[in-house]
Amino acid sequence: MLNPGQGRGPDSGVAGGSNSDPFPAGLRVLVVDDDPTCLMILERMLRTCLYRVTKCNRAEIALSLLRKNKNGFDIVISDVHMPDMDGFKLLEHVGLEMDLPVIMMSADDSKAVVLKGVTHGAVDYLIKPVRIEALKNIWQHVVRKKRNEWNVSEHSGSVEENTGGGERQQQQRDDADNNSSSANNEGSWRSSRKRKEGEVDEQGDDKEDTSSLKKPRVVWSVELHQQFVAAVNQLGVDKAVPKKILEMMNVPGLTRENVASHLQKYRIYLRRLGGVSQHQGNMNHSFMTGPDPSFGPLSSLNGFDLQALAAAGQLPAQSLAQLQAAGLGRPSSLNKPGMSVDQRSIFSFENPKLRNGQMMMNSSGGNKQVNLLHGVPMGMEPRQFAGGGHMRVQQQQICGGGRVTGQNVQSSGMMMPVGGGTSVLPSLGQQQQQMMLSSSVPRRSDLTDTSSNRVLPAATHSVVFNNFNSELPRNSFPLASAPGISVSYQEEVNSSDAKGGAVITTAGFDNPSYDIFNDYPQHNNNNDWDLQNIGMVFNSHQDTTTAASAAFSSSSSTQRKRQEVVAEQVQNHHQQLPSQSLNHMNGSGSVRVKSERVAETVTCPPATTLFQEQYNQEDLMSALLKQEGLPLVDNEFDFDGYSIDNIPV
Amino acid sequence: MQRQVALIKQSLFDQGYLDEQFVELEELQDDANPNFVEEVATLYFKDSARLISNIEQALERGSFDFNRLDNYMHQFKGSSTSIGASKVKTECTMFREYCRVGNAEGCLRTFKQLKKEHATLRKKLEQYFQLARQAGPKETARRPK
Repeated sequence: MLNPGQGRGPDSGVAGGSNSDPFPAGLRVLVVDDDPTCLMILERMLRTCLYRVTKCNRAEIALSLLRKNKNGFDIVISDVHMPDMDGFKLLEHVGLEMDLPVIMMSADDSKAVVLKGVTHGAVDYLIKPVRIEALKNIWQHVVRKKRNEWNVSEHSGSVEENTGGGERQQQQRDDADNNSSSANNEGSWRSSRKRKEGEVDEQGDDKEDTSSLKKPRVVWSVELHQQFVAAVNQLGVDKAVPKKILEMMNVPGLTRENVASHLQKYRIYLRRLGGVSQHQGNMNHSFMTGPDPSFGPLSSLNGFDLQALAAAGQLPAQSLAQLQAAGLGRPSSLNKPGMSVDQRSIFSFENPKLRNGQMMMNSSGGNKQVNLLHGVPMGMEPRQFAGGGHMRVQQQQICGGGRVTGQNVQSSGMMMPVGGGTSVLPSLGQQQQQMMLSSSVPRRSDLTDTSSNRVLPAATHSVVFNNFNSELPRNSFPLASAPGISVSYQEEVNSSDAKGGAVITTAGFDNPSYDIFNDYPQHNNNNDWDLQNIGMVFNSHQDTTTAASAAFSSSSSTQRKRQEVVAEQVQNHHQQLPSQSLNHMNGSGSVRVKSERVAETVTCPPATTLFQEQYNQEDLMSALLKQEGLPLVDNEFDFDGYSIDNIPV
Repeated sequence: MQRQVALIKQSLFDQGYLDEQFVELEELQDDANPNFVEEVATLYFKDSARLISNIEQALERGSFDFNRLDNYMHQFKGSSTSIGASKVKTECTMFREYCRVGNAEGCLRTFKQLKKEHATLRKKLEQYFQLARQAGPKETARRPK
């Protein structure tokens, strides 16, 4: 990476010409092209520019290289047409996971393709044959990106400090825009931001963190991302501010700016999830596309994702409920009468699916992984949903779907967000994850008691999970796994057919959008999951925001019974949720909440309604809790979106 | 000898077998990489032979999957362009156009032509490189007059 030692700060690099200034010499370029002739020529040209070149003829290899050396490259150049993976997909992956500038190139110079490059976030587009002159200046993209990153964090910090997030909103929003976020996301983002405004407070001394001009690049490992997501969820997606997150994470050497920029990406990711998930099938997609970090936490979110998926996607409330029910009911006592019938069925159906051992529950490690609930506390969420909102249900379903890695699944019905599953997944291992997903039914039962398995949700989640399965441990993209998951999930769902098809939506996951996820097999369990969950949760919210909110309030009240503690939390969340979910489905805020917590408090906010129903089952809750080992009482979530507090990661 | 080499090269350009891109490649050649252009050309011919045989098989099947043919040709065109194989590139473009409109017969015809150009270029370049090697490295780095 650019070395401050070289004397290049954000500005210095630009100042010196490429000749006199040591930079950009030594720029580490990764070039990907399936054409060996072009590859050879490019390599030669880049070497002539004094760059350090690594060439690669397959996108998969390139991705794994990038993942292995998170800080090993400064910029990526990729061909558009490649046999194993579309260049744009690679572009998205890199942007999400590693946040490196990517230059696309092709012999095709049609406007449509060039535009596609732009919308996918490429920093430049070169037409073949590439001339060396074009390559001489690619370093500018690296510098520009670093400057932007730095500025963003700066802004975020200050904003938080003063306007309570107002400015930050804009800043972040603007930055988000750069990432080709959809316009609608922006809107929701904005509104969600407003909410946070009131909440942002402390950030008082953020400024001091932003003192260093150049922030060293931070590698957001799975663990780190999980921590991040947990902190965000705890604070509430909407209210999470870098300063607080930083404090909660308590990672030495991590600066507020690091967190701020990561948060921004995360929010974008959530937004994307939220935006995409609206199409239900996309849910997974959204998860995945979210900022890479989000993927990491996925595992924990798994549970939530499902819910999110359900909610977002189109998982019909019923299916969601079913899923949840299935999830809940299945494991052991999941099928609580409380749960709406359909919900129950869903879950129950799911549960069996869960392969006990494998999925998630692998409890051995994964129990906590339950990420299933990614964003949505599995158990919790259902509760909330159960109430009324369809959304909730959906969300819950998702949560449940999340497949809970069994543990997290708050089981209640949480459909273990598929996305969230990621967290769970990792532990489970890939197979498990898939299992989880597919089983949609919270396998949790194996682990703890099944309630978590809900996994159902929204097929979307499954998609999410799928991704995880493959790689979970890797952060690469939560979403990636999802696709796999969804697929499996779907099957499960279908079989259970409880869901009215909502579940099946997972099939929807297979949507192309999810493809992205698939690509990422590695999904950072932690990070991704969070996002996923969150996304999931949110999605549901979005759709039903209004419904949800209403539902929540009502459901929450009714559902509460499960556990006082939980109920309380849920309530908090509910209230918060409705607003949150309404605001942004982006998921950035609310989603986050969910995914993170899912673990036990289950207040899966959006899904809560759903959950609530499911949660009625005491045993679920307790089972969950036990598994999770998380204290139920965690009201601090303030439930931005998720009441998930303890997302076991 | 060197003059001979230069002449040959010049004629290749004049006849349109090679274009400016080839010059670019030559400029990449230096003492550290004295045979760069030849290496690239070798690689190109090896890879394009593979592509040609793929296309041939696809055409022989008779099913005319234009999409797939177009994909192959896109790749082929890409590498031909990168090396500066001008005539080959032109044939590629034509082939893709026929694919686009679904003209099977046009595809077949163009493909034949393309193979011809490809073979010709290969021969000429082989000749050129051989001479160039004999003449000495200096020659190859010079631009055609």
